[in-house]
Amino acid sequence: MGMIRRTFLIGGAALVGGGIFAVQYGDSSARSQAGKLTDGKDGHNFGTWLRIGEDDTVTLYSPHTDIGQGSNTGLAQMLAEELDADWSKLSVVSAPAESAFANVVLGKGFLSEMSGYPGIIGAMPMSLLGMVARQLNLQITGGSSALRFTGQQGLRVLGAGTRQALIETAAGRLGVPAGELTTADGKVLHAKSGKALRYGELAAEAATRSLSAKVALKDPKQFKHMGKSVPRFDIPAKVNGTAQYGMDVAKPGMRVATVIAAPVRGGKLISVDQKPAMAVAGVEKVISLESAVVVVAKGYWQALKGARALAPKFSDGGHGLISTATIFAEQDKLRAEGKPTKTAGDGDVDTALKAAGVKVIEADYKMPFLHHAMMEPFALTAHYKDGHLDVWGGMQDPLGAKAAAASAAGLGADKVTFHPMLIGGSFGRRLPMYMEIVDQVARVAMQVPYPVKIIWSREEEVSQGAYRPQSSAKLTAALGGDGKIAAWRNDFAQPEDGLREVPFFYDVPAVARRHFKQVSNQTVGAWRSVNATQHGFTTESFMDELAHAAGADPVAFRLRHLKPGRHRTVLEEVAKRSGWGSPLEPGRARGVAMVECFNTIVGQVVEASLAEDGTPKVHKAFAVVDCGTVVNPKAAEGQILGGLVMGLSSGIGEAITLEKGAVQQSNFSDYEVLKLANAPVVDVHFIDSGAEMGGIGEPGLPPATPALANALFALTGKRVRALPIKDQAKA
Amino acid sequence: MAIVAKVNGKPVSFEAEPDTPLLWAIREELGMTGTKFGCGIAACGACSVHIDGEITRSCSVPVSDVAGKSITTIEGLAAADGTLTALQQAWIEHQVPQCGYCQSGQIMAAAALLAKTPKPSDADIDAAMTNICRCGTYPRIRAAIHSVAGTSPATAA
Repeated sequence: MGMIRRTFLIGGAALVGGGIFAVQYGDSSARSQAGKLTDGKDGHNFGTWLRIGEDDTVTLYSPHTDIGQGSNTGLAQMLAEELDADWSKLSVVSAPAESAFANVVLGKGFLSEMSGYPGIIGAMPMSLLGMVARQLNLQITGGSSALRFTGQQGLRVLGAGTRQALIETAAGRLGVPAGELTTADGKVLHAKSGKALRYGELAAEAATRSLSAKVALKDPKQFKHMGKSVPRFDIPAKVNGTAQYGMDVAKPGMRVATVIAAPVRGGKLISVDQKPAMAVAGVEKVISLESAVVVVAKGYWQALKGARALAPKFSDGGHGLISTATIFAEQDKLRAEGKPTKTAGDGDVDTALKAAGVKVIEADYKMPFLHHAMMEPFALTAHYKDGHLDVWGGMQDPLGAKAAAASAAGLGADKVTFHPMLIGGSFGRRLPMYMEIVDQVARVAMQVPYPVKIIWSREEEVSQGAYRPQSSAKLTAALGGDGKIAAWRNDFAQPEDGLREVPFFYDVPAVARRHFKQVSNQTVGAWRSVNATQHGFTTESFMDELAHAAGADPVAFRLRHLKPGRHRTVLEEVAKRSGWGSPLEPGRARGVAMVECFNTIVGQVVEASLAEDGTPKVHKAFAVVDCGTVVNPKAAEGQILGGLVMGLSSGIGEAITLEKGAVQQSNFSDYEVLKLANAPVVDVHFIDSGAEMGGIGEPGLPPATPALANALFALTGKRVRALPIKDQAKA
Repeated sequence: MAIVAKVNGKPVSFEAEPDTPLLWAIREELGMTGTKFGCGIAACGACSVHIDGEITRSCSVPVSDVAGKSITTIEGLAAADGTLTALQQAWIEHQVPQCGYCQSGQIMAAAALLAKTPKPSDADIDAAMTNICRCGTYPRIRAAIHSVAGTSPATAA
């Protein structure tokens, strides 16, 4: 199951094509269960995710966790658009972590990406898909999926279907043909008679109708809500300290705990002398788990002091010799053995590389483990009372968290309630399959009579991550006499291939992208934009190297290998907006890169210089984005500029390294995250291509690092092939 | 022995052990959760508060150090009726927060900057705004500060 959900996360291909829209109406049992949870005597459920109150309030039960990307506001815009809802009466709440609210549309989206045979999935009945989604506990936020799957294929259809049911109900009441009725701002209107019926007074009867799956969606020209920069719902509470995150949960009688886990991943707890911790004032209990010690105290500070007083003995699980160097050596060995796990691409690369008159170029790239470094460390609260376990916290998959907690506690899922809280950053880290704190808090709660909140220290957070994997690649190309690439080979070693997720879009006659699967003891996580960070860096760095080898301008060289289409348009636009080729002040240079992932194409140009200490500084950055359609431009711009900053941050200074199997970094003091002084001015531009909607939360990140490395080459003539860049371009 | 101080204008009496960081006394003893825990070593700034008007990272100040002092937290910025300061309103206007977790600290740092330097240059902002935002909202933080100060970013950034 973990693998399946993982596959979803890394999926990026387009969904069922041809305008076939799935419908999130749930099967009858899901509807009835959802209705029990949301219906009162004054409100009525439609298709599990929507409730219309008799007082005209419209509530969207969002199956996504708003990690800060504004997706809940965007989803509301999409629902309101098709429903013709009164925006002032609309609110969004998190869907309960109950199986009735499992995300069927997402199930359909990821199953089609996974299978590669969308036709089969498209033909599957929704009730069956719903069953699959519920079995997989699918309530995930990831894969840049909220708006493009749930919104586009779920909530728009649900809104349109509900609107139709309201119209039909009104037609019956007024005794007029449905065709004479229109809708606006939460009312059904009959122009001829001047009569109007509020959605609230139609809801009870409309909810008894079966919703049609065959509904026409609005043409973009008719949009009132989609495409507007509506202020995000969640922001006011985030400027006055009232927003409540998992860290902020407080329950009467609650104790606070912290954890020390085996420093070497895969290691187990051998023994611990509890006395030094128990001697700390406020410490109440020391609990030994399979691979960690938990110290429970009155408050966090006491728990931390207690934990620091301990000297637990852990095994290394047989991984004590692993280091950053041994992982790279293992990857080189796999490449040398020449037996790829998977290959993608067409054409005869070997022959093309040996052809007369070609120039063969090679380059080796290295990329470190990266940590998510979200600002809120892990914090989950749990309370076991009267046979029932309640868990509070922020997770990217509340249903999955509930299942994981139930499993750890040895309880049935019906004996566990998960209460979703706001999330202080995630970027792929808060998924239950690699979030040990779920298991820890459930086990601890089963042993104590009071509510307990476990907080991971930042040190624990940094050294026990689920990292973007360490990766390396050997790129080889044949450059023809015509200045074009005749053959391209990318031999890359890392845990996952990411081949479908990150397409190679340049027009090259012979391409072989060969994956050499290599795993270590470290937990692999989905790190914002996932495998697009590695593929983006290697492909776009090497394109730049080839351009220089061909004596060509990096933009012109890329255009040579792009047929007319979306990629070409994005590149031309970013070159134009950035003033590519125009003079810069002394000591600055530009670099360009373009990456596609999650069906969105992003081109970036950065203007960089070197600081006195030899580290790069990016002054300006330009991003041009084709994600098909933009639902909320201001929120989308925020995602692109945030992704760009995170991309620069990781490329310039971030690395998790290993020695004797353990992570060497511990906090922001040695895991260096970019600060405001080094963040550029960013210009973001969207191209409204009308292509199938792409993701927006992740694709802004991957081009930033290669664009910077390319700028540094233009500036200094030094090619940085091993990340992070730090001061490698220093004169 | 209780440690007496003022928080957001109101007298408080902390019972926590003297070495307890002010952050945890505020969060767990007073139950005020707007001030956030990020790193515990004064590296990220999520826990920023004002102590006698000075911007301070509360995770690294023992509560015993604040006896007799006046502390302002994010909850104390707005007026008693909840009316936001111009700075907080600028944060909404510019749609600054994403996950929002660091933003209490960012706003406290910006408020301290503007109190001393009402018309900050980009260099002033660079020097004062050293809190980490992992969502990368820095360009909007800069824009929001300039807008409330009535200044403009340097044209040749």
